[in-house]
Amino acid sequence: MTMGQTTGLTPVLSAHWDEPDSYTIAGYRRHGGYDAVAKAFAMGPDAVITTVKDSGLRGRGGAGFPTGLKWSFVPQNDGKPHYLVINADESEPGACKDIPLLLANPHSLVEGIIIASYAIRANHAFIYLRGEVPHVFRRINAAVREAYAAGMLGKNIAGTGFDLDVVVHAGAGAYICGEETALLDSLEGRRGQPRLKPPFPAVAGLYASPTVVNNVETIANIPYIINGGVDWFRSFGTEKSPGFKLYAVSGHVNRPGIYEAPLGITMRELLEHAGGVRNGHKVKFWLPGGSSVPMLIEEHLDLPLTYEAMAEAGTMLGTGTPMVFDETTSVVRAVTGWLKFYKHESCGKCTPCREGTWFITDLLKRFEAGTGKAEQLDVLNSLCGQIAGRSFCALGDAAATPFPAAMKYFRDEFLTGTTTPADAVFDPAKSMMLPVVTR
Amino acid sequence: MTMMANPGADVQPVETISVTIDGITVDVPKGTLVIRAAEQLGIGVPRFCDHPLLEPVAACRMCLVEIEGQGKPQPSCAIACTDGMVVRTQNSSQMAQDAQAGVMEFLLINHPLDCPVCDKGGECPLQNQAMTAGAADTRFDGAKRLFEKPINVSAQVLLDRERCVSCARCTRFADEIAGDPFITLLDRGAQQQVGTSDEEAFDSYFSGNTIQICPVGALTSANYRFRARPFDLVSTPTVCEHCASGCNLRTDHRRHKIMRRLAWDNPYVNEEWNCDKGRFAFTYTQAERITHPMVRGEDGQLRVASWPHALAVAADGLKRANGNVGVLAGGRLTVEDAYAYSRFARVALGTDDIDFRNRVATDEELQFLAHAVVATQGVTYADLEKAPFVLLVAFEPEDESPIVFLRLRKAVRGCTKVATVAPFASAGSQKLSASVIAAKPGDEASAVAGIAGDVVAALSQPGAVILVGERAAHAQGTLSAVAALAGKTGASLAWIPRRAGERGALEVGAVAGLLPGGRPIGDDSARAQVAGVWGNENLPTVAGRTGEQIVAAAAVGDVAALVIAGVDPIDSASPLLFEQALHSDAFIVSFETRHSAVTEAADVVFPVAMVTEKQGSFVNWEGRVQNFAAVTHTTTVLSDARVLADLATAMGVSSFPSTVTALRREMQLLGAHAGTRAVAPTFAAAAGGDGVRLASWHELLDAGVMQEGEPYLAATARPVVARISTATAAAFGLADGDEATIEANGASLDISVAVTAGMVDGCVWLPSNAPDCNPSAMLSVRAGDRVSVSRKAGA
Repeated sequence: MTMGQTTGLTPVLSAHWDEPDSYTIAGYRRHGGYDAVAKAFAMGPDAVITTVKDSGLRGRGGAGFPTGLKWSFVPQNDGKPHYLVINADESEPGACKDIPLLLANPHSLVEGIIIASYAIRANHAFIYLRGEVPHVFRRINAAVREAYAAGMLGKNIAGTGFDLDVVVHAGAGAYICGEETALLDSLEGRRGQPRLKPPFPAVAGLYASPTVVNNVETIANIPYIINGGVDWFRSFGTEKSPGFKLYAVSGHVNRPGIYEAPLGITMRELLEHAGGVRNGHKVKFWLPGGSSVPMLIEEHLDLPLTYEAMAEAGTMLGTGTPMVFDETTSVVRAVTGWLKFYKHESCGKCTPCREGTWFITDLLKRFEAGTGKAEQLDVLNSLCGQIAGRSFCALGDAAATPFPAAMKYFRDEFLTGTTTPADAVFDPAKSMMLPVVTR
Repeated sequence: MTMMANPGADVQPVETISVTIDGITVDVPKGTLVIRAAEQLGIGVPRFCDHPLLEPVAACRMCLVEIEGQGKPQPSCAIACTDGMVVRTQNSSQMAQDAQAGVMEFLLINHPLDCPVCDKGGECPLQNQAMTAGAADTRFDGAKRLFEKPINVSAQVLLDRERCVSCARCTRFADEIAGDPFITLLDRGAQQQVGTSDEEAFDSYFSGNTIQICPVGALTSANYRFRARPFDLVSTPTVCEHCASGCNLRTDHRRHKIMRRLAWDNPYVNEEWNCDKGRFAFTYTQAERITHPMVRGEDGQLRVASWPHALAVAADGLKRANGNVGVLAGGRLTVEDAYAYSRFARVALGTDDIDFRNRVATDEELQFLAHAVVATQGVTYADLEKAPFVLLVAFEPEDESPIVFLRLRKAVRGCTKVATVAPFASAGSQKLSASVIAAKPGDEASAVAGIAGDVVAALSQPGAVILVGERAAHAQGTLSAVAALAGKTGASLAWIPRRAGERGALEVGAVAGLLPGGRPIGDDSARAQVAGVWGNENLPTVAGRTGEQIVAAAAVGDVAALVIAGVDPIDSASPLLFEQALHSDAFIVSFETRHSAVTEAADVVFPVAMVTEKQGSFVNWEGRVQNFAAVTHTTTVLSDARVLADLATAMGVSSFPSTVTALRREMQLLGAHAGTRAVAPTFAAAAGGDGVRLASWHELLDAGVMQEGEPYLAATARPVVARISTATAAAFGLADGDEATIEANGASLDISVAVTAGMVDGCVWLPSNAPDCNPSAMLSVRAGDRVSVSRKAGA
């Protein structure tokens, strides 16, 4: 297989977001929307799974697990109901790609759900949306209603005998519910805490039945893959990271926003599309995909944004939502802020995450206030080591990520935190993107 | 008598795999968790959330070990061994050691470290682990998380949230084992805490177990909190005296004062659990006691007397009765004491008028017991666990034998199905997902006789069990129908009385018509065996009167003397008749621990030892004999058997055994009856009467005298309500929560109504002995009798 296109913007999911009715079924259909459903039904479920497998599509929620492979884990003819669950609990600090997609092009998700459900033989699908976005909740509900009205959901879809019901469920605002098993617990009406694996959701997920949990963007890709075919999809990106991605660029850039580009684009090119670092400033550090992935610095700007290249650089592509920070930013303040988030969001189930985030935050706050002690940097390092790989779920690992990565590049800044408050060195007002209003 | 060493210990061959831990290879059954395999090698991996009887959660992360081929340390409590797995624990792996040390540090940062004032200090897994493998000093000097403390999760259980390590043992116990998920984890992060709902407290019959399995001092009991340190306590393995479940306990005393009781480990009986009654209801043993013998003087006053004088007066009075003596021996005696009464009645008093059944107790029941129960090795707990189907007849396990309930729940979480012949689905039945075979009180016999179809098919499966309670005696024909049903289907049959001493008393012949080992008294060769051991050729040859008959005869002056031991008149079949019997001209010798209605009327009172003060044994419902030692040693109190031996001597009977050793030797010598057993009873089903009928049973926590002095426990009892079906309530114009008046025999009691959907119409259920609600004592009615129901006047 050959390498596909890795530069330039390639709007697919976002191609028609500028049209006033892009979120309606009419707007979606104008550009071939719901054509893929008929095509998938003609292929048969196993061929759909094979196509998705062959396309090399990897999960867009952060872990990058091959989607077709995940689908193929669902046991067939087991007599149990199967479920498709869409993880729309986008809560990662810095991640803002699923919410805009749901606002602007919800029908690509609905169509993807129909095809994915058909492939895994599910007659019930759930969209688990984070609860803080009621406008998105309304929009996705409207899209589902439209799909029902158009006969694309409900009984006997398009005369094929395939039934599918979609339920949109709003969460109650817990980061942990983005973890797939915690999401399932929450969806079942329990308190969201991760489950012991095995059994994995593909075998015993929602209501102890085989379940596939996929990210919004992953499933929204499906209609385009069915329509465009494997070769077309693979004409973007690299062999191991084929396709395109909604990059939500945020932070100190001139035009923050969503840029749909092939996997394999470099951060430097993406920065250009986003208007570059804000004028008069330069990149201090950046994170490829949310606060849970280790930070990189300017020297990494030319690395391709692929799952494999990011892993090689010691980080992860994650949600593919780069956050860019310029030299006005206090890395101590940034890391402390993230840790406060993880402490607040730790579900409490396992000791390392529950207690470790408490301990680390306590120490980091001192460095932010300029009262840290140099030897506490070693303590912090060892505390992160006591969490990483020992917590129950990936949230603990995520909480142990920011500090060691920051220490790798900015140790001196933490040492400054033993004498000087972060705000005294880095005026918070200077790192603000909006003009400060003085009274 | 029945002797079971370890019934249920039969081992099935299992597929094994080989695993290497710390360089030692061991074969374990497939599916064994790594932490359990390590235990088999004597390697203790530290743990807090893990509990062998609860589902794994892998939450505390204390048990992390290195598994070859895995890059990260793995929780040994949640990972099943695979063939050829190589595991290194903290003993041989730096990775495991580091991981555990890290978790230990984290567990302590928010822990108050108030061990010197904590109940758990000295027996605390967290403290032990910190002392063995923790750091000498802490790196955390920040502010610890604070909570208001303690808070009551029930009247009995207090929670200190600061000490909690979120292991979720308590919440998992409540959910998985007891089926009472009234506590759960709330909130998140370091603020995560155990909590109850706003509406309901943690009023579970099994709540005390959560205190015991708490690996820190987060859960404490209201009655033990701050009372003692573990290292000041002296522990004795004991057997619970409250019901026939036969829980193994550990009783702890400090300077002869019992401080607490814990469930002790017996995988064949109570596993590691017990009920709150068994755990907390022991204060009665330390209430005001009778300390000296007492004799009633010419003036009618009961006065303290010397032992020789009291024995002489009692011997004289009993001899003058010339064999017309009734022995009411209660259902709470140890096997040894019951045997002594059995022997004393036949040898010293020359009577067979003896009964351990201080309750509704019929000839039909006696025949049933002689046919199906005495000297049998029957159903065990293990059998319940693997039974495909269990039928309950006149038996509410959660109230009447709570460990049977727990084992049935465990079974139901597997594949067992349960059905119950009852007027409604009680809370316990609901937790067993039991289907109800509706029976109006009094109609149980026809309900059992009418069982057909699916239930008969279910009972015909190998391993199916019928459990019948002592209340089956209330409706004539029920036990006959049960025996017939067991015969027809081949189902195993077990009888579960409510009191701890009943099965043992039955085995040793403390009942009319049966000599020790289930020997029929009319069977010449069987009687001769007993006569040989007892050294007395003049044993009675015909069956005597039952307890009910003795009381009825005494009430009209036809009994010359009564020996009454450990009997509460309000439990008797007819408290009214019992009172008349006490006030008859009969010469009464009372064996008691505390003053009671019986001692008030007795001519001679002998103080006897509490169960905690003597050695002995109980036979549980399975027929399992369990010995126990005295907890406290007080030289001034004597066991019933010892006093009976002295009394026998005073009456001129020689060689009456007086020690537990001697009594056991005799019992062993006698063994079980090997001859013909009694035939199954074939009593006709009684036809229930008209009108509203009374349904009733004893709830686990009620006004029983053995629960006295424990207000925290009493506060967790279920609300006292009358249950009545929707249609019947409507017929009397009653709604849920209304006050009703229940009347019978010219007496009445007021009680609030709980309208119970799905209940049989035309009956009202009342608790048998709740505070201010004892239908037997207050209304002179028993289950199946007619009562009248009306809205309370003015309510």
